[in-house]
Amino acid sequence: MGTECVIGYLHRGVEKIGENRTYPMFNPYVDRMDYVAAVSNGLGYCETVEHLLSVEAPPRAQYIRVILTELCRIASHQVWLGTHALDIGALTPLFYAFRDREEILKIFEKYCGARLTTHAFRIGGCIYETYDGFEQDVRKYCGFFLPKLDEYEELLTTNRIWVTRTKKVGILKPEDCIALGVTGPVLRASGVKWDLRKAQPYECYRDMDFEIPTGLNGDTYDRYLVRIAEMRQSVRILQQAVEAIPSGPIMARVPKVIKPAVGEVYHSIEAPKGELGYFIVSDGSTQPYRLRVRPPSFVNLQALDTMVRGMLVADVVAVIGTLDIVLGEVDR
Amino acid sequence: MLASWKSYLSMDVTPGEAGSQLWATVYIIAIVLGISLAVIAMNWLERKILAHMQVRLGPMRVGPHGLLQPLADALKLLIKEDIIPANADKLVFWSAPVVVTMTAFITFLVVPFGRTHAVTDMNIGVLFMLGLSSLGVLGIIMAGWSSNSHYPLIGSLRSSAQMVSYEVAMGLAIVCAVLLTSLPTGTGTLSMIGIVEAQNAQRTWFVFKFFPLGFLAFMVFAIAMIAETNRAPFDLPEAESELVAGFHTEYSGFRWSLFFLAEYSAMLAVSSIAVTLWLGGWLRPFANTLGGPGWDLAFSLVPGLSFLAMAAGCFLGAMRMPKIVQMRAQALGLGAFGALLALLGLVLLASGVRQRVQDIFWFVAKVACFMYLYIWYRGTFPRYRFDQLMRVGWKVLLPLGLGVLIATAIVGARQELGAAIMRVVR
Repeated sequence: MGTECVIGYLHRGVEKIGENRTYPMFNPYVDRMDYVAAVSNGLGYCETVEHLLSVEAPPRAQYIRVILTELCRIASHQVWLGTHALDIGALTPLFYAFRDREEILKIFEKYCGARLTTHAFRIGGCIYETYDGFEQDVRKYCGFFLPKLDEYEELLTTNRIWVTRTKKVGILKPEDCIALGVTGPVLRASGVKWDLRKAQPYECYRDMDFEIPTGLNGDTYDRYLVRIAEMRQSVRILQQAVEAIPSGPIMARVPKVIKPAVGEVYHSIEAPKGELGYFIVSDGSTQPYRLRVRPPSFVNLQALDTMVRGMLVADVVAVIGTLDIVLGEVDR
Repeated sequence: MLASWKSYLSMDVTPGEAGSQLWATVYIIAIVLGISLAVIAMNWLERKILAHMQVRLGPMRVGPHGLLQPLADALKLLIKEDIIPANADKLVFWSAPVVVTMTAFITFLVVPFGRTHAVTDMNIGVLFMLGLSSLGVLGIIMAGWSSNSHYPLIGSLRSSAQMVSYEVAMGLAIVCAVLLTSLPTGTGTLSMIGIVEAQNAQRTWFVFKFFPLGFLAFMVFAIAMIAETNRAPFDLPEAESELVAGFHTEYSGFRWSLFFLAEYSAMLAVSSIAVTLWLGGWLRPFANTLGGPGWDLAFSLVPGLSFLAMAAGCFLGAMRMPKIVQMRAQALGLGAFGALLALLGLVLLASGVRQRVQDIFWFVAKVACFMYLYIWYRGTFPRYRFDQLMRVGWKVLLPLGLGVLIATAIVGARQELGAAIMRVVR
């Protein structure tokens, strides 16, 4: 069977809105694209504007950013795991995942007052200093989460039904991945070792010691394993970042009115779902002349047809789940 | 006349055998009420147990710990608007839930809750149950076809294909058990009561007979029966991510609740078959190792004591309720429920009742274990894909069932042959 994606039902014109807002005003809007991983969206946008302005966030801000983004990656993967398993018929992982995601959202809430659409970062750094006990909370979360991750794996990894439902389902070859522009865990599960955190390190990822988990077969089961392994790596990054977090300012010197020089910039980060890129053309005014978002979900979604060729209807459900798309990001 | 009614009570046979129509009617009414009550209880238990497996609380608002939730749901379903889709085949649409519910209930005619606690002892009891449970498929096809809509049709086709294929493996497993009944004497039986008595005579439950053969046959049945009742992980006909709600998508209100009733009573029915055929039916556990009057007395006290323990749990729960005005009604309600359970427990401890009722308790307790397993599976397993489901049915369970059947026959024949030779030698 083949599929045709009919998208656009959640189109909100985010890019056009960006052309009619000043740079700082547009910052909260990006959180609404991939609302499951709002922190990563904010990070990508802030960094792109910083590149346009040629400023860099101070080290402390970079560490705060990395900690929050990695927490956000775990939260995003937890939502993926829950919904993916639910689509395949396992009810319980959803509740386990959401129970543990709650702890991450609590940290977000304590840090910036919001749980989902956080607007945690500002152009040039962070606006909020960490609250008292932030480091302890993150450390506590790392200790709390690793056993929980084993719990998820106990439910699924060796479960015969889960394995038969996911192995050899929705196979994506590495060359297909590259041809289709697929990024993120989906690409890595096909055996391509490509992670922007390593390939073109941003923030303080250069100082972090972590591995890029890859798969062999590029099937749904491998994508499951890769994402689970990625959560473990995120915990590793968190543990390092929280020990090495320096003191100092959290905001770079950024003019009150942001008016970047004429020019254009493309910058991308490794969001939980893949490469999240922003392309901004500046005409020297307070508003972008053109703002373009390269969302991972949208690009990954075009692999759906390749993946479900010759499969059954029940597999489409599994494949959509494994692509981990968020339609707010697909349509923007 | 009164004397003839009363005379049954002193007899030690089922009403069917005694030819007492009055008592048969009483039994039928008791069973229908009992099954309905069990389905209501099962509804609450499933939601509670599943909720606790999934780190949530489940129903907590309607009554203490949500005890009245199933009643509230039933009431809601009864007063809902009765919708029949415009393009549906009205007569078939109307009769489908009736067929499904009737077949599910009639099955219980031959289920032996105890030596005398069955409506009748049919000499083809097992066949009767199998036949009726296959008839349930008809109701499902009727429901799917008459709805005149895609999802119900696909759901009902899946459902019937699944039920038909798993019935084969199920039948093979049942034949194994029937074969075992013929062992010491060479006279097999298809009667449900006869099968339990054969286990009593051989002093072992058939699940332990010729280990692992009896156990394998039991496993084949236990897997096939889940598929037969369309429950997780074989709940494809109701796969919500693909088919909305399967064959009863277009049903609402009371008709939907009939399907619900039928699904749960079918679960109870197949569990009863499993208990009767392999787990010794109404026989108490450890009858062969822990024999003697002392142990008999101890085991006969278990029903009453377990009810008292449940009552104690209720009282404890009532005491632990927050001491605020808003919770007073809930605490009182839970206390009253505990008092009801305690009363039942005391009645069950009385010596006359004890002897007569403990059979029913052991039977129901074993069925309840299966019901818990059903809920557990639902909390644990993902769903099979349709081709995988068929593969499990035809390529795993069917050959396994056949192999176990042949092996049982060979082992049984050898044993009988040996016994015969020994007789001749003597």
